[in-house]
Amino acid sequence: MTIREIITLLDGQLCLGEQRLDEEVEKAFASDLMSDVLTLHETPMLITGLCNVQTIRTCDMATLDIIVVVRGKVVTDDMIELAEENDMVIISTKYSMFKTCGLLWDAGLKPIF
Amino acid sequence: MHQEYTIIEGDFVNAGKASSSVKKTLKQLNVSPQIIKRVVVALYEAEVNAIAHAYGGKVLVDIDSDKINMVVADKGPGIPDIALAMQEGYSTARPEVRDMGFGAGMGLPNMQKNVDKLNVTSEVGVGTTVEMMVNFA
Ligand SMILES: Nc1ncnc2c1ncn2[C@@H]1O[C@H](COP(=O)(O)OP(=O)(O)OP(=O)(O)O)[C@@H](O)[C@H]1O
Ligand SMILES: [Mg+2]
Repeated sequence: MTIREIITLLDGQLCLGEQRLDEEVEKAFASDLMSDVLTLHETPMLITGLCNVQTIRTCDMATLDIIVVVRGKVVTDDMIELAEENDMVIISTKYSMFKTCGLLWDAGLKPIF
Repeated sequence: MHQEYTIIEGDFVNAGKASSSVKKTLKQLNVSPQIIKRVVVALYEAEVNAIAHAYGGKVLVDIDSDKINMVVADKGPGIPDIALAMQEGYSTARPEVRDMGFGAGMGLPNMQKNVDKLNVTSEVGVGTTVEMMVNFA
């Protein structure tokens, strides 16, 4: 599904990455643990409740560049600034981690393992 | 090419600055994306450790045509039992470190997986030095 469709499904808000709205997303991974993200060999969309500069930095190192922030956490300006340098997409949704994952799973997004 | 960075005590916001900069340099040098990822993930884990478990320190990076050498040397409490620290899941991370999304005890094992050579030396009460090498080919 496209990033645009994901935003609609999650009743979300696009914080960054307008130019990439029509890009297809195939796989996702959900974690609040950056240690986990750093062990991935693939580059899925990240669904996370951890919302700080370290989230963005970790994604930069792990070469993940589409992030869904759950539970309505506020995406700060310094997060956006760092993410912008790396051409990332950030979506924010009020839904919980569980609901977000459930909706995306139902819509056909695949896990990486 | 030689680069140096300073890691400041408690400065979580800037954890990863050295890794970001190394990433840019390696990209410019046309090193393959897979190798770059291995290098920066390992360096980032070491940087975070120097802030999470020690009181900051230095990052020294040497880039040759065929390999990269990285040294992260911190002032800190040191690691009493390095073999234990290398085990997956072993962590003494403080709650504030866990709040940042770290402290799963996966950093050192992950460094081991990503680099071609890892050497950890430590003196209790003085500090820890992590040396890593990755071949480009
Ligand atoms: N630079 C250091 N100085 C002092 N102790 C360290 C240092 N690096 C690691 N350690 C010790 O080794 C343990 C394991 O480190 P490791 O990086 O594997 O896991 P972690 O940092 O606790 O969690 P994670 O890396 O998954 O976020 C740490 O919890 C700490 O006790
Ligand atoms: Mg660590």
